[in-house]
Amino acid sequence: MTGASMANGTAPKAPARVAREIPHTVSPGLWALAWKRLRSDNVGMVSLVIVAAFVLLTIASATGLIAGDWAKETGVNYAPPSFIGADIEGGAPAAPVTPAGSSAPAVEFKSEVVDPLADVLAEIRGEKKPAGAAEAPPSADTGKSVDPLADVMADIRKDAKLAPADVAEARASTLPFGGDKWGRDVLKKTIKGSETSIFVGLAAAAVATLIGTVFGALAGYYGKWVDDLFNWFYSVFSSIPYLLLILAVAAVLQQKGTLTIILILGLTGWTGTFRLIRGEYLKHKAREYVQAANAIGASNSRRMFVHIFPNVSHVVLVQLSIYTVGFIKAEVILSFLGFGVPVDVVSWGSMLNEAQNELILGKWWQLAAAGTAMAILVTAFSLFTDALRDALDPKLKGLAGA
Amino acid sequence: MTAYIIRRLWQMVPTMLGVILLVFILFNWVGGDPAYVLAGKISNQEQIDNIRRQLGVDQPAWVQLWIFIKQVLTGDFGASWSTNEKVSNILATRLGPSLTVLVPLLILDTLTSLTLALVVAYVRGSLTDRSVMIVCTVGLSISVLVYIIVFQYFFAYKLGWFPVQGWGNTFRENLLTYSLLPILIGLVVSIAPNLRLYRTFFLDEINQDYVRTARAKGLSESRIMWVHVLRNASIPIITHLMAGLPGLLLGAFLIERFFSIPGIGREVILAVERSDFPVIKALTVYVAFATVASNLLADLMYKAADPRVQLK
Repeated sequence: MTGASMANGTAPKAPARVAREIPHTVSPGLWALAWKRLRSDNVGMVSLVIVAAFVLLTIASATGLIAGDWAKETGVNYAPPSFIGADIEGGAPAAPVTPAGSSAPAVEFKSEVVDPLADVLAEIRGEKKPAGAAEAPPSADTGKSVDPLADVMADIRKDAKLAPADVAEARASTLPFGGDKWGRDVLKKTIKGSETSIFVGLAAAAVATLIGTVFGALAGYYGKWVDDLFNWFYSVFSSIPYLLLILAVAAVLQQKGTLTIILILGLTGWTGTFRLIRGEYLKHKAREYVQAANAIGASNSRRMFVHIFPNVSHVVLVQLSIYTVGFIKAEVILSFLGFGVPVDVVSWGSMLNEAQNELILGKWWQLAAAGTAMAILVTAFSLFTDALRDALDPKLKGLAGA
Repeated sequence: MTAYIIRRLWQMVPTMLGVILLVFILFNWVGGDPAYVLAGKISNQEQIDNIRRQLGVDQPAWVQLWIFIKQVLTGDFGASWSTNEKVSNILATRLGPSLTVLVPLLILDTLTSLTLALVVAYVRGSLTDRSVMIVCTVGLSISVLVYIIVFQYFFAYKLGWFPVQGWGNTFRENLLTYSLLPILIGLVVSIAPNLRLYRTFFLDEINQDYVRTARAKGLSESRIMWVHVLRNASIPIITHLMAGLPGLLLGAFLIERFFSIPGIGREVILAVERSDFPVIKALTVYVAFATVASNLLADLMYKAADPRVQLK
C-alpha cells in the first residue's frame, strides 16, 4: 500500500479552502481505485455476480442447506427433465433397473453398443469379473480400457447394496433437470459438483500461489545462491510437461481424496507465480521505500512480507484467479479419468464420465447439466480474471487488446 | 555459435540431474516400496522378494539412485510391471499412432490459428474481431471432455461419418480413416486459445513504426501482414510452438483414450491406472530431455528469425 499511496499522494486539491485541515483529502488507495475501475467495467461486474452466485451456491451446499440429499434416488431411473415430460420415448426408460440387483446388465448393454470390439471385451471382462475391483488385469493387452467405469461401478454397486431400503419408495417420473442411472436428481448433483470444483479450484490455487509467492519472494529478494537454488528448482519443475507431472504425482499418491487432488494440483502448479513474483521482488527490493525500511532497521522478513508484499499483492490476486480457472478445468479432467476426487464425492468430471455412456442411450441431460454449469462458471471466472487484471494493473489494458 | 551451444548443453546437466532426482524421489520414496505396489498383482512372498532383488529395491538409496541413473543413460528402463513388455519397446511402438494424430493436428492448427489471428488483428476492434473473441472465450470454457463426447456421439455414432473408435494396420488407413475425427476435435479445442494468443502477438506489432513505413512505401496490405508483421511477431510464436513441441512425444491423453488409439497418451493413463511406474518414469525423463532440448532449439531459432538477437 505504501508505494501506491506515495504514487497517488499528490492529488492537486489543496488550494480550495486553506482553512480546512489537510488530512481530509486522503487520496484513494490502490484497492479503492481498482474497485472503482472494476465497478465501471460492465462485463467484469456481471461475471463477478455470476461467480459470486456460484460461490454462494457452494457455501449453501457445503453447509447442507441445499442438495444435501443428492445421493437419494428420488426419481425413476433416467428420469427425464420436467420440461420434457415423462417417458419421451415410450416404454419404460431403459428397463427398470433397481440399484441393488441388476445394474450390471445395463453396463453390459451399453458397452456393447459403444465398443466395436465386443467379443474381445466379453473375454476380458470374463477374466475381470472374478478379479474384482482395484487393478486392471495385467494380461489385458489389446482391448484394454474396455470399461473405464468398471471399478467405479463396482464401488457404487457395493454402496447401493448396503442401502437397498429405500428402493420401495415412490419415485418421481420426472425431475427438474432429469435423473441419472439410479434416479438421482441431476440438478442436485450439478450443485454438489460445483461445490467440489470451486472448493478444489480455490484451495489448490491457494496452495500453488502460496508456494509460488514464498519461493519467488525468497529468490527475488535474496538473490545470489538462493536465487540460483530456486531457479534450478523452477527449471526442473517446468521441464516436465504439466499434465505428465500431475499424472506422475497421481500415480504415486495411491489414496484418492479431495485433499490429494488439491495437493497434486497445488504442488505442481506453482511455477508461473514463482516467475512473476520473483521478477516483482527483484524490481522492488531496490526501491527507495525498501531502503528506507532497511534504514529504520526492519528485518529481512519484515521488509519482504510487510513492506514489499502489499505492493505485489495485486499480482498474487490475479494469479490466484487465473489458477482457480485452470484448476477447475484440471479437476474435471482428472476426476473424469478416475484420478480425481473419490467416488463418493460428486464432481463434474465424474458426471461427464457417466454421461458419456448415457448419451448413447439418448439420456443427454447429465452431460448438458454438467457441461453447461462448468462452461458458465469458467467463462464468468475467466472474464472476471481479465477484468480484475485490468482494474489492478491498468497499464496492461492496452496490451491485452480487447 | 558452437561455443554457445556447448555452454547451453553444459547448463542442461544440473536441470536433468534435478529431473532425475525428482522422479527418483517421487517414485522410489513417495511412491513407497515398489514391491508392495506389485504385491497387488503377485501374492507370492518369495516372488516379491525375487522382484525386490531384481529391481534393486533391497539396496541402499544411493545404489538405487545409481541404478536409475544408469537406466536413464542406457535407455533401458526394464520391463513394464503389468505386461512385462520392454519399456523401450512400449514407447517405440506407441509413438507412431500418437504422431499420426498430433503432427497433422499441429500443422493444421498452427496454419489456421496464425491466419485467423492475422485477419482478426487486422480488423481489430471491429464487430468481426469482437465476435471471434467472444466465440473463443466461450469455446475455451467448455470442457474438452464435452467436445470429445459430443463430437464422437454426433459425427461418429449418430451420423456415421467417422469410425467411433479404433486403429488400423496401415499408416494410410490410420491417417485417412481413424485420425480424422480426433484431428477435427483437436483443432476445435486448440484453435481458440492459440488464436487469442497469436492475436495479442500481432497487436503488439501492428502499431509499430515499421508497419506505417511499409504502408508508406506502397506495399500491399497482405504483404505487410504476412511478411513484415508475421516475421516481427515470430519470436513469441516460436517460443509458444517450441514449448508445445515436446507434447508430441506425450500424445493426446484424452483423445487417445476416447478413440482407443494405441498411442503414448493412452499408455500413460493405463500406466497410472495400473501403477506401472517404469513406463511413467521413462517417459517423464525423456520428455524432460525433449523440453530442455527444444528450449535450446527455440533460442537458436530466434537467431534465425531475427538477426538482431545476440546469443550470449
